[in-house]
Amino acid sequence: MKQINSKEEYQQYVDQKTPNSPILKNCFNSFWVGGLICAIGQIIFEICKTRGIDETLSYTIVSIILIFISAFLTALNLFNKIGKFAGAGSLIPITGFANSIVSPAMEYKSEGYVMGVGAKMFTVAGPVLVYGISSSIIVGIIYLIFNTQSITLI
Amino acid sequence: MDWMMVLKAFILGGIICIIGQILIDKTKLTPARILVTYVTIGAILGGLGWYKYLINWGGCGATVPLTGFGNTLSKGAIEELKNTGLIGAFTGGIKAASGGIAAAIFFRIYRFFGVETKN
Repeated sequence: MKQINSKEEYQQYVDQKTPNSPILKNCFNSFWVGGLICAIGQIIFEICKTRGIDETLSYTIVSIILIFISAFLTALNLFNKIGKFAGAGSLIPITGFANSIVSPAMEYKSEGYVMGVGAKMFTVAGPVLVYGISSSIIVGIIYLIFNTQSITLI
Repeated sequence: MDWMMVLKAFILGGIICIIGQILIDKTKLTPARILVTYVTIGAILGGLGWYKYLINWGGCGATVPLTGFGNTLSKGAIEELKNTGLIGAFTGGIKAASGGIAAAIFFRIYRFFGVETKN
């Protein structure tokens, strides 16, 4: 066996020994699972459209139904299996955001309902909301600066 | 039922997820960081008014991924800004996304009855 002298050599050795993650297979799985979730959303949207519900409201209805489905699957412990199989395919759609509100299993036993369930819900969803909301406010303010004449100030 | 739109939603949603999968496999970004990146990118594209072209082409393929959530936030902020002035930048975004946020919290209610989920 070859002697390992430097950090770089060790890194090379590790790279050699660790199996390559099958990126093509992962991409394929995330493509069709993610696509399928969006296609289900589109089917719900089309049903809303035939019933004459307006577009913005339909998109909200789609999100709520998909979030409900993912909450249901999470409760049955099925969502984590899908997540392991599909990777980003179930993470990137709104279902992943809903699933992220579930935190590690034990917390409500050790930390109770307020700091356990209530606070830990947002360990992943919190940052998403913080950065999403902050950037939307910044976008709004920038829009205000560049389009002042089209807006009545207060 | 417009099956062509369903197919387009499938393709666009799938492509957006592939980009996320490549980020997971090729970089050391954690899933939480990827979600934050997606929301921010969606909010910026929505603010520039470019995201609506994706929605026009792919429908739910663009709105269901988290970039669509970011787009909803900034589109809501801008629309409310037009209607009510500066204060709209603060109220509009969350108002537009409130349905999704409230649903995500509410459907977690079974946690309060002690249902265990394994991660």
